[in-house]
Order: sequence, then structure tokens, then C-alpha cells
Amino acid sequence: MSAVAVRAPQRSNALARAWAFLRHHVLTGYAILAFAYLMLPIGVVIAFSFNHPRGRFNYVWDGFTWNNWRYWDGVPGLRGALVLSIEIGVLASLIATALGTLIALALVRYRFRGRGATNIFIFLPLSTPEIVLGASLLTLFGNRAVANILPLGFATILIAHVMFCISFAVVTVKARLIGFDRHLEEAAMDLGANEWATFTKVTLPLIAPAILASMLLCFAVSVDDFVVTYFNAGPRVTFPIFVWNSARVGAPPQVNVIGSVIFIVAVTGMVANIVWQIRRQRSATA
Amino acid sequence: MGENLGVSAVHEPQTQAPASREHAAATPDVRLDHVTKQFDDVVAVDDLTLEIERGSFFAMLGPSGCGKTTTLRMIGGFEQPTAGDIYLGDREVSGLPAYKRDVNTVFQSYALFPHLSVLENVAFGLRRRGVKGADVRTQVRDILKVVGLEGMERRRPRQLSGGQQQRVALARALVNRPRVLLLDEPLGALDLKLRKQMQLELKGIQHEVGITFIHVTHDQEEAMTMADRIAVMNGGRIEQLGTPTELYEKPETAFVAGFLGVSNLLPGNVVAGDRVRLRGGPEVQVPTAALAGRTGDVGVGIRPEKIDLNGEHENRLDGRIVESAYVGVATQYVVETPCGRLTVYAQNTQPGSGASGRDRAVTLSWNPESTFVVDSMEEETE
Repeated sequence: MSAVAVRAPQRSNALARAWAFLRHHVLTGYAILAFAYLMLPIGVVIAFSFNHPRGRFNYVWDGFTWNNWRYWDGVPGLRGALVLSIEIGVLASLIATALGTLIALALVRYRFRGRGATNIFIFLPLSTPEIVLGASLLTLFGNRAVANILPLGFATILIAHVMFCISFAVVTVKARLIGFDRHLEEAAMDLGANEWATFTKVTLPLIAPAILASMLLCFAVSVDDFVVTYFNAGPRVTFPIFVWNSARVGAPPQVNVIGSVIFIVAVTGMVANIVWQIRRQRSATA
Repeated sequence: MGENLGVSAVHEPQTQAPASREHAAATPDVRLDHVTKQFDDVVAVDDLTLEIERGSFFAMLGPSGCGKTTTLRMIGGFEQPTAGDIYLGDREVSGLPAYKRDVNTVFQSYALFPHLSVLENVAFGLRRRGVKGADVRTQVRDILKVVGLEGMERRRPRQLSGGQQQRVALARALVNRPRVLLLDEPLGALDLKLRKQMQLELKGIQHEVGITFIHVTHDQEEAMTMADRIAVMNGGRIEQLGTPTELYEKPETAFVAGFLGVSNLLPGNVVAGDRVRLRGGPEVQVPTAALAGRTGDVGVGIRPEKIDLNGEHENRLDGRIVESAYVGVATQYVVETPCGRLTVYAQNTQPGSGASGRDRAVTLSWNPESTFVVDSMEEETE
């Protein structure tokens, strides 16, 4: 370095400044690139929801149109698939969160035989490849004895979704319960609240954020699931299956419309949450 | 000044003793009858029998693990005894859950409901009992006035300081007018200055509301400042129960002597009804009552402030100062004697009396009446 400085002080000065510039901005640049890499596909999906493809495939920009948004359910089967996905998602997130909350309470609050095993079982669906999960569920539901009582369809999809959603619910609620001061419940009882009143007036309000988070997470995981659902759906078509089926013969741009709507709803929710958090913090410090 | 305050605080409960004795004929507010609590193999509370007078300020004092908190939790209904019965007044409550007992608790962590305002925290118990609307608000406002938190109704617990949270916890319990108020190390989380202030305030509030307070602490000074009677606990049992003065002046065991304040304990051997020969030293005189018929090996105890550095009193012991420390109101000496090392506090009543006297030969002396006797320390430590 010093040798360079002696020979060409002018140039090394410029070099040093360039180096400093790079050092200061390399992280920003990297972040922008990473962000672009993540956002570009979503941008394409949104852009192509306004495309007016000439052929069956929505891969080439052929012209702008509002029609895909205006006639979003103009494709046969799409509306039914979307409704089914939302129904399954809502039910699965409700059931899984209810069960998951109870399991989390049991795991955190009590020491019982089989507690360790339960903990491992809860993590199994998270760590098992979905393809294995789907296939083994199909072996169960496809069994003639089971299939006679429970044919593949709405119920089997729901059971499968509740199964893997429970893990997410337990993990989410457990995290909140671990930091929970047990004295709060004792204080409630001390002040005359019986078990039920203690649960509804103290425990539930305090773990409500985790329960809400769990429901949102379960809904997102359920609506979005393809592999496990595909194995166990039988004749029923959820939205991901619809997309998959239509992609093979040329997905209509309406699929992009639904995708864009999901993205916009999620981002709006996130921004609203951040704004609410900031406001709450300000009112707390004021 | 500080010393005087300390002394008056110690003596205060004694002057109140006659007043509380009037109630002694009435049913005690809390009675524990041979109560034992076992957690798996550990006996936390061991065959405890105890009566607490109505309207008294009672402290359970001891090191951690002595069973004091478990005892409190059994009275509160958070733990059920393995054996024995608990009475609140005439009512047997063992087996009843916390919400069916006429007691309220101030928790060490305060346990304020973070999702509720101060008003709703304090109103929690009232609402559970079906008190409605304006009544709730009046009662909450009145009790917040007692604890000095007027106008804080709409705050959230996290917006309050530690001392304020402590007051809310107190108000939340007191607003229910319980038969007994349980305090589990209520001042443990406060800094020293605030703790001192709250000690006096708690005592004042107890006087004002006239409810029986049961206070659990490991801080002997806190117990002595506030309580009328103290139970010193160790290993799940009560070592000694008495007024602060009794416990300090006449401790019955080496544990009590060591736990409350500083004490000098010298091994000795009883030679007569009121005389003990110190091991390796002279014979000293002790009150016959203190000896209480003991024979053989005993421990002789003298509080450091009861010892004089010049041989004015009857009981004498020669020694040499090995350490001295000037602490303002007093000078603390460590004196090496043939019987062991003794700590001596000499009050600095004269100007310039705090001079160090290292290596000076002294004759320690003390009044026989200030002497207490405990069972031989060799047995105690086993």
C-alpha cells in the first residue's frame, strides 16, 4: 500500500475513495439485489395478471387489459377451487389452533408421562418431507376399511391439513407460554376468579397474540399446500391443485389475479400491523 | 440519629404488645395445625403448628428453602398441605382453592395483569364478587388514595415504576378487605431507599386498615422493622417465635442468634445454676432463666454492642484487638481472646473516639443480664 502511495499518490487517493464508497454501500447494494431477486417473480406475476395472451399460455406479453381482474372467475372451476381452499384453510386453522393451544398448555404447564414423546411427535410433521407425509396419509386413507367410512375428499384434506398445522400452532403458542408468569394466574385465583374465569380473563387475553399468529400461520400454510393435498384430495380440487392442473395446459391470467390479490392482502396486513405497533409504542411512552 | 431510629423501630412492637393481647381471647385469624408439606422426597414444611392473632403484623423469617413461602402459599390456597389442617378464623380451609378463601396475596413479582389498566387491576377482585359500576370506581379510588396512587387509574402496569407497581399490587389485594393479607417478599424488587420507605408505609397502612398481615421475608431488618411477632424458620420448622425484642435479646438457638443480627457465641460448660466456664477461658455468670436448666456443653452468646472494651462489668474476658473499623455511629472491633474471636461495637458518643487501637490489649466485659445461652453449637451444626 505504502509503495503505491509513494509512486502515485493521486491515483491511490482516488482508489481509496472508491474503496471507501464501496465499503459504505456494499451492504445496501447487496440488499437491493437480494430484494430484487425476491420481488422480481412477484412483480412478473402481478404484471402478467394484466396481460392479454393470444394463445393458451400466459408467458409472453401480448397487451394490456383489465379484463382478467374484471372477470376473475371467468375460468370454469377456479371459483370453486378458491372457495374450497379458503374453507379448508379457515377450518384447519381454527381446529389446529384450538388443539395446538391445548397441547402447548399441557406441554408447558405439566410434567407427564409421554411429554418428551409428544414434543418429538409435534416436530415430526415439520421435519418430514411433505411427499412422505402425503404418501403415508394416502396409504392410510386409501386402505379399503378406512376408505369405506372416509372416502378421499373434503374430510381427508381437512384431516391432513389439521395434522401438519397443529405443529405450527403448538410451536407458536408454546413460545408465548414459556415467558408467561404463572403468578398472574395465581393472582387471578387469589382475587376470586375460578379456573374458567382465570382462563378467559387472564390467560386467554395474554396469549391472544400468539393464538392470532397461529391462526394466520396455519391459514397461510393450509391455503398454500399442494403436495400433501394432492395425495389426499380424491376428486376435490383446491386452488393450488387448480393452478397445477391448469399450468399443464396453460394457466389462465386469472390465476395471476388471485396470486396478486393474496400478495396485496398479505402486504396490507403486514403494513397495518407495523403501523399499529408503532402507534402503540408511542402511546405507551407518552 | 440513625442508631436511635433503629432502636426505636425495634422497641416499637413491644409497646404495642399489650394492645394486641386484648384480642388474644378471640379466635386467631389463622391457625395451622400440624401442617406438613412434602414435594416428592423433600419435606418443605415439617409438622408446623402456628396461631396468628387478629389484626397483627406477623412475619415469617428465614433463609431460602426454610419453608416460609410454602407455608404462605398453603394459607393462600396455592398449595395444599400433605398433612394437617389450616383454619381461617373458625373455618377449616385445607383443600379449598385460592378463590374460595378470604385471603389476598401481594406477590413478589407483583403479578399485575399487563393487559389491564390500574383501575381494572384493582377492580378485578371486586368484579369477581359482583360489585358493579359506580361502586367499583368509588372503592378503587378510595384504596388508591390509601396507597398514594390517586389519578393513576388509566395507566398500564408497564407505565409505572417499581414502587408504584408495588402499591397497585397492595391496593388490588386490600380493596377486597380480606381477613388476612399475605405478602410474599413484597419489597424484594425495590431499591434500598424505597424499601425503607415502603416498610414504614406498609406498617402505617396495616394500622389504618386493621387487617392481619402475614409477611414472608429473608431480610431480618425488614421483619424487625415491621412485624409485631416473628417466626424464625429453618428446615421447615419454626426455630423460635416471639416479638423482635425477644428474638434479638433472648435467642433460643444458635441459628436464631446468627440469623438476627451479629452475635458472639462462645462454647462453654455449665458449672452451676447460673455459671458457665468458657472453653479455654474464665467462668462467667449468666441469668438462671437463660440457662433454663441446661447442663453440660452450651453456647454462651453476647451481642457485640453489649460488650464494653474496659472491664467495668462482672463478666470479663482478656483479649487483643486485631481489627478495627470506623463506621460512623460506632467503631467495630474484632478481638482475639483465648475463647475465640469476638466482635465488639463501641458507640462513638465522644468526639474523636473513633481512633483505631490495633494490637491493643483490652479486657472485655459485659453485664450478666445481657448474656443468652443456646444449646451446644456442635449439636446445632450437625
